Amino acid sequence: MTSATATDANPAGTGEVMTADGVPLRISLARARRRSRNRALLLVAPLFLFVLITFFIPILSMLFRSVENQIVGETLPHTVEALQQWDESGGDLPPEEVYAALVEDLRIANETKTAGKVGRRMNYEKSGFASLFRTTARRIKRIEAPYKETLIKAKKDWGELETWQVLKRESDAYTLSYYLAAVDFSYTPTGEVLKLPDDRSLYVGLFWRTIWMSLLITVLCLILAYPISYLLSTLPVKTSNLLMILVLLPFWTSLLVRTSAWIALLQKEGVINDLLVWVGLIGDEHRLTMIHNATGTIVAMTHVLLPFMVLPLYSVMKTIPPSYMRAARSLGATPFMAFVRVYMPNTVPGIGAGALLVFIISIGYYITPALVGGQSGTLISNFIAYHLSISLNWGLAAALGTILLVLVLALYILYDKIVGIDNMKMG
Amino acid sequence: MALPLHATTGEKIWYYAFRTICGLIFFFLIAPIIVVIPLSFNAVPFFTFTEAMLTFDPAGYSLKWYQDFFTDLNWQGAVKNSFIIAVFSTLIATALGTVAALGLSRPEMPARTMIMGILISPMIVPLIIAAAGMFFFYSDIGLASTHIGVILAHAAMGTPFVVITVTATLVGFDHSLTRAAAMLGANPTRTFFKVIVPLILPGVISGALFAFVTSFDEVVVVRFVGSYQQRTIPWAMFSGLREQISPTILAVATLLVILSVLMLTTVELLRRRSDRIRGIDQ
Repeated sequence: MTSATATDANPAGTGEVMTADGVPLRISLARARRRSRNRALLLVAPLFLFVLITFFIPILSMLFRSVENQIVGETLPHTVEALQQWDESGGDLPPEEVYAALVEDLRIANETKTAGKVGRRMNYEKSGFASLFRTTARRIKRIEAPYKETLIKAKKDWGELETWQVLKRESDAYTLSYYLAAVDFSYTPTGEVLKLPDDRSLYVGLFWRTIWMSLLITVLCLILAYPISYLLSTLPVKTSNLLMILVLLPFWTSLLVRTSAWIALLQKEGVINDLLVWVGLIGDEHRLTMIHNATGTIVAMTHVLLPFMVLPLYSVMKTIPPSYMRAARSLGATPFMAFVRVYMPNTVPGIGAGALLVFIISIGYYITPALVGGQSGTLISNFIAYHLSISLNWGLAAALGTILLVLVLALYILYDKIVGIDNMKMG
Repeated sequence: MALPLHATTGEKIWYYAFRTICGLIFFFLIAPIIVVIPLSFNAVPFFTFTEAMLTFDPAGYSLKWYQDFFTDLNWQGAVKNSFIIAVFSTLIATALGTVAALGLSRPEMPARTMIMGILISPMIVPLIIAAAGMFFFYSDIGLASTHIGVILAHAAMGTPFVVITVTATLVGFDHSLTRAAAMLGANPTRTFFKVIVPLILPGVISGALFAFVTSFDEVVVVRFVGSYQQRTIPWAMFSGLREQISPTILAVATLLVILSVLMLTTVELLRRRSDRIRGIDQ
């Protein structure tokens, strides 16, 4: 509030309440409200800007990278311009001017050492482009007019219609080809969209595997979390606080510690296999393969994410009065009936919150699958990391990342609708 | 839910069966963490119990993996980096996050939901996507493979926790206290340090702890934004687990378990203190 106080009606007789300094109360209040609103905004501004710059903009720029394709136009400006005149569906090779433009561009590219880059970019569209550009750029000094003839003589790929069709298609500043690749489609040379044959399809299957494994992990977490949350919520506070440590300690322990623990437990020469051999359940030569496959990922991730299911379930179960069950029993329900018809419906908010949280976290999980997943247990995140740091196909990594991000954000909107992000509890 | 005296046999069986199931689940939760501790004292470089260990033969145990950890430059560099990065990113995250939470919990805050959404986005976005975005962006502005780059990245990832915990502490905050302080002659700065800070301190500290753990346990972003020069403990563990598996990792893991016990205790004590101050009954 302001220091102003409402006084009697103003002398003008309009009936408006005035403050002591002669300003109408309405205006004075609005001003005060604006001032305190600005003060609130000012407090939030530093963090807002910080997150915007260090986090939000990087992610937006990554989204942009999934469609960005400036490199072709920047490295081969004359060629791109000359290709505009050429009709790619006519069946004829481009005219001499296009070849001349290409030679001119490649001369510059050879000096600035950018020919390799554009070659690598084009290689994602059609394999062979990388070496085509590299070799041509290296020999560019020896290429003389008539360019069309000598270029084709130097590298016969330049005499193929497809080469030029692909080049013209990818000469725009923006491309959808990364997204197409991310969902197992590709362009034909003339620009039609075609599904890849099954043996070359990878990512749709991978997305389904990620979703399927995340669902499985969520269900396993729910099955394991439900009984212990119930126990924790019904025990006396002292005992339940003590048992809660068993949930919170894993929650607070480094992820790498838990993952290395599972490696020690699950590997061929590991604790569980040793135990089984010692008990005599399996022979020494039939040790189970529980790691570097989907089993390893599922077991370790269920363990890692279990606390995220227990905590919301527990906080919901604690609020259910025990009298509900007693009432159901006294009205003639069997214990099972009372549990299914009275108790379980009351825990649905906790189930929803925990399940969504576990699902969202596991769908974008990277570390545990990378260490214990092997071939069959890797998720979409691992492929994003692969394209970022090994294959260096950053456009595809960005496209896969964008699809994953959209998926996660959609789930979070759902979470917000059901639980409310403000109600997220930790610790 | 103690077993009543008049329980039938069926109820008794169910009661004990249920407790056994719960016991097994608790075992599943805690056993992997406990198992690491004795394994780290293994005398031979295996990730499993040897005969000598099971018979409690002193020759089966050794401290050499701990010695290795404390003398190896690779690990010691990682420890140093971990603390530098975690401490600075926590300081940034806590300062910015606390101030922002004070603004966010004012009733006149406009566009609250939208701003809150952006502020907690670092917690929502999968790590690999954050890592990818930062990898490109920080390389473009020359902050990749620098300590500053990693610190800024970790600070951004820690802020949501500070915002959430401090906002939660402020939920029951009695605004008449600041008015009372003002009326008694304190200026806003004095009010902030003498009235507001002591009340929200538990929230600030537990938020700071979350931010610290986030940075201390983070491996994906540091692997993409940083390089070997910025290697942290998780970074070294991650590459150790991928390349040559040595029980030194288990020795590090044991030390980290002890650290997490300390953290857990601190957070729990803080929570109780906060509840007590705010008059919330346990």
